Amino acid sequence: MKHVIIGAGPSGVIAAETLRKLDSTSSVIMVGDESEEPYSRMALPYYLTNKIEESGTYLRKDADHYSDKKIDVIRDRVSKIDTKAKSLKLDNHSAIDYDKLLIATGSHPVSPPIDGMELPGIHSCWTLEDGRNIIKRAKPGANVVLMGAGFIGCIILEALALRKVNLTVIEMDDRMVPRMMDQNAGNLIRGWCQNKGVNVLTSTRVDAIEKANGGALKVRLNNGDALDADLVISATGVAANIQFLAGSGLKTDFGVLVNDRLQSNMPDIYAAGDVCQGKDFSTGQYTVQAIQPTAADHGRIAAMNMTGKNMLHQGCVNMNVLDTMGLISSSYGLWMGVDGGESVKRCDNDRYRYLSLQFEDDILIGAQSLGLTQHVGVLHGLIRTKLKLGKWKDNLLKDPTRIMEAYLGTTQAIGHNAGII
Amino acid sequence: MAWTRNVLRVNLTSGSITHESLNMQWANDYLGQRGLATKYLSEEIDPKCDALSPENKMIMTTGPLTGTMASTAGRYSVVTKSPLTGAIACSNSGGYIGNEMKNAGWDMVIFEGKSPHPVYLYIENDKAELLSAEKLWGKSAWATDELLHSIHQDPLLRVAVVGRAAEKGCLFSAIVNDLHRAAGRSGVGTVMASKNLKAVAIRGTLGVGSISDPAKFFKATEDGKKILAENAVTGEGLPALGTQVLMNIINEVGALPTRNHQEVQFEGASEISGEAMLEIRKGDGKANLTTNGACFGCTIACQRISTVDKNHFSVKDKPEYHGNSGGLEFENAWSLGTDCGIDDLDAITFANFLCNEDAVDPISLGATIAAAMELFEEGVITVEDTGGMELRFGSAEALIWATEVTVKGEGFGLELGKGSKRLCEKYARPEISMTVKGQEFPAYDPRGIQGMGLAYATSNRGACHLRGYTVASEIMGIPEKTDPLVTDGKPALVKAFQDATAVVDSAGICVFTTFAWSLEDIAPQIDAACEGDWNAERCLEVGERIWNMERDFNLAAGLTGKDDTLPKRLLKDVAKSGPATGKANDLHKMLPEYYELRGWSPEGVPTDATRSRLGL
Amino acid sequence: MLRSLQIEPEKCTGCLQCEMACSYQAEGVFNPSKSRIKIFAFHHEGRFVPYTCTQCTEAWCMHACPVEAIVINQVTGAKEVVEDICVGCKVCTIACPFGTVNYNQDTAVVQKCDLCGGDPECAKACPTQAITYVASEQGGINRMRAHAAENLPQDNA
Repeated sequence: MKHVIIGAGPSGVIAAETLRKLDSTSSVIMVGDESEEPYSRMALPYYLTNKIEESGTYLRKDADHYSDKKIDVIRDRVSKIDTKAKSLKLDNHSAIDYDKLLIATGSHPVSPPIDGMELPGIHSCWTLEDGRNIIKRAKPGANVVLMGAGFIGCIILEALALRKVNLTVIEMDDRMVPRMMDQNAGNLIRGWCQNKGVNVLTSTRVDAIEKANGGALKVRLNNGDALDADLVISATGVAANIQFLAGSGLKTDFGVLVNDRLQSNMPDIYAAGDVCQGKDFSTGQYTVQAIQPTAADHGRIAAMNMTGKNMLHQGCVNMNVLDTMGLISSSYGLWMGVDGGESVKRCDNDRYRYLSLQFEDDILIGAQSLGLTQHVGVLHGLIRTKLKLGKWKDNLLKDPTRIMEAYLGTTQAIGHNAGII
Repeated sequence: MAWTRNVLRVNLTSGSITHESLNMQWANDYLGQRGLATKYLSEEIDPKCDALSPENKMIMTTGPLTGTMASTAGRYSVVTKSPLTGAIACSNSGGYIGNEMKNAGWDMVIFEGKSPHPVYLYIENDKAELLSAEKLWGKSAWATDELLHSIHQDPLLRVAVVGRAAEKGCLFSAIVNDLHRAAGRSGVGTVMASKNLKAVAIRGTLGVGSISDPAKFFKATEDGKKILAENAVTGEGLPALGTQVLMNIINEVGALPTRNHQEVQFEGASEISGEAMLEIRKGDGKANLTTNGACFGCTIACQRISTVDKNHFSVKDKPEYHGNSGGLEFENAWSLGTDCGIDDLDAITFANFLCNEDAVDPISLGATIAAAMELFEEGVITVEDTGGMELRFGSAEALIWATEVTVKGEGFGLELGKGSKRLCEKYARPEISMTVKGQEFPAYDPRGIQGMGLAYATSNRGACHLRGYTVASEIMGIPEKTDPLVTDGKPALVKAFQDATAVVDSAGICVFTTFAWSLEDIAPQIDAACEGDWNAERCLEVGERIWNMERDFNLAAGLTGKDDTLPKRLLKDVAKSGPATGKANDLHKMLPEYYELRGWSPEGVPTDATRSRLGL
Repeated sequence: MLRSLQIEPEKCTGCLQCEMACSYQAEGVFNPSKSRIKIFAFHHEGRFVPYTCTQCTEAWCMHACPVEAIVINQVTGAKEVVEDICVGCKVCTIACPFGTVNYNQDTAVVQKCDLCGGDPECAKACPTQAITYVASEQGGINRMRAHAAENLPQDNA
């Protein structure tokens, strides 16, 4: 059996390792189009702050990790899939046959349709190469404009601020992280950033970017203002890497369409991670989540199915955790709530604390938190297990901070301390 | 080390909050907590000041062991001038807030002045701010605790708070922390409320470190824990029965004050004893006691966690009281039960819940209700005063009514809230008040335990069992058995207990450890944690220094040797039953010798030689 | 033979000696807020529940880590955070459905129970044997894991 994986991100690597674990004899080939060791984009912000070396971003630390596991890593780009011949064509014109194929090609940053986006000094923050370019230009005192205050924009915000640049953030939407948090939380994050000296402009668009004197840029805004910039970082969104699948017969939408076994319309082809339009646990809909835990889950489950284990994918909870200059936020599942559901909120604007829980009947279906670092995972757990909270829901409506108590009180059968008496 | 060396000073009048360094010279002389804070108070206020005026200060204080792994090392104290006694007040509490204060980086928080508006202090490590308590004022301690947790979205916030009683001027208001623990005695909560300070909410995440010799410390504290575990009282009796282990014992020795000290044995004692708390109730098929619990760091775990039978009249229509809550200590079961002639365990437990809910000292409350009951039985107080309630001994309804009106500060409850002394004075029967220096007695009758008579009479905070608990020796044989009915040797015994307790209260640990630990067990723990040499001898000297300093505070406040006395009932009216039949307390045989042993003049004033010996 | 922490809440008194022992071992100070094991108090029910990582076989935290900073200790079976590698991205803290991986803002890395390398301080400090370190086959832990995982989908084995 010959397993081939396209993509060397977290999904691809975990799939390769899972395949090897389950099947010690088959060949496992992983094709990645970046020149470095497989690395994690999640670690890029920490590379920008010099917290870690480039090697600190690597998914696996042991230099011989892949060879030890007999995983062949090929550094090239797949240009085409011939699904009839079950063969891949690489940029270097060689071909690789497969018995089972996993598409884990991830996503790429989308460049907004703005005049001047091709000018030098405008970068995404997506690859290690981008990171190196940003480090070169983001010198102390440099004027930096960050386009987009979504998840990716926000995680690199601190990295930029720590490099002591003059930072302006432009967000089209009416708040920061609009797809992750509600108005209240988004505004608190904005207030937090502004207190730390970052200029944040929401409900604002970049109309054009122009060349200015001395290699600098001029960023024109829809409100008529113009900003000087030594560096513009574009973080306005990502899209799945599915272009190369055109004409392959694989069905795609925002990503590769899969069933609940992460299998595409071609029985021997699977998809995982950012490129996969997989099942959302909360809605049952098939969507591209593009988050790290989902990539890891997909990689593992797809690999199991590739080896013939019949693993049902129940869907991933869409969730995010974000550290915006020391303010930690997280959101889970249906954080915006559902019609007919119940919710509870606690807000302490002065201390940047916020907690919001969403219920349907007595089941937690979504949550958002700001300033919470302890036991946050249990919010994911409660959503994922669809635990019927019973009286604990009423307790949570009274005091939503008692999430661990609700979890323990519902799951642990605990007797009284009779033993001692 | 072991001290954080940081003091937080909060001026409530101006709203200013400042940081200062701990006076380490004083820490060397007074160790911490009770001793050290009393030193600060003595230096900073005029002992003659009105306790409820802005001139009085209130200090929340930890000991050097607080927040460490030494067993029971979660204690904190509130030191101030008492509005109930006019003497020094030092009330000690467990729970978790002492550790939290230490973890936030503070040995001590000093409150001065009076806030123009209700406020609470919020401490998060080195950040401290006064926040408006307008929405908390008028709420019970429990309701306030819940609100503060909700406002700050932090389940681990530790809260010390006063209830409605304190706001209404009840002179024996406590400061409740962690819902069921209290700095209980002498009206420290009244002082807090008089400053318009509703609560102190603390979150500390800095850690308690700077242990002088960690290896020695872990050895010493582990040895200490082993001793506690193997001791019959701290290893078995207290975890199983709590302090309520004493109800039947003290009744049997004829030292259980009953119906306002008219008798020394209670026919209903077994009904409300620790053993009774384990029995299955007929009503709901449960026992009163659900489980035992511990304060921070405590390996004894004497806390009672109890329920009231939900069919009991007191809570029948009040489902909010059907859950578990802080159960009965012996002193509270005695004051609310025995002293009022009540043998209804559910009623007493519920009255105790109410005391916690609104932060009231159950000892003073029960004893004051007992005095009121005696006045009622005599016809001095009538249904006109009470608004219809028959305030009779043995009436559980009367107890709960009296408790409710007092903790909420309503109607006749305002009279009760002034305490037994002022109540009896108001009705021109001062001899009925069972108090020393204005503070109500706890649960040991000095006719049946002679040494306790001297301990009560000379206690620096008025009648109190925790200033010199000679019961340990006279009844339980700790460290050695003495005859409770004789006075010989008691002055020395009382002095030794008083001095040792003073140092234990200054270390950050619980006095209950001394059922098993002597200073020889405690000193190595302090020594390993703190810089300098702390042997048992030095500890005892520090204890004696603290005792004399407190005495000096009281003398300066206007108290004299004449206040070192007991109510006539205990000195003249003899016990009518039990082993002490025919005996009164022979205080006069003990007091002169005690003064002499202390190095005090016959008038009870420390001599110059004594002061200079102790460096006062 | 693998051993596990066995937790018997009915014996817990809420003294927090375990939290102090844990934090001292890990941080060098007595600091319950940094403890990897936590006691949850249920006032109304009158009970205390110690809770920490069960070292679950699914190891959601480990799988979710993007930089291989959570690894299995082959001797103890514990999933350990390698602090030098952890970048502090916190993905594991939301991935762990039991809420037992926490971010430490002071150190900027995550923390979780590592069984103290095979000699857990919490178990040694517990005065009532509510926390013991026993052979994994010996009941407790499996029951706890079963409770913990009862409703979790099995697709992550």
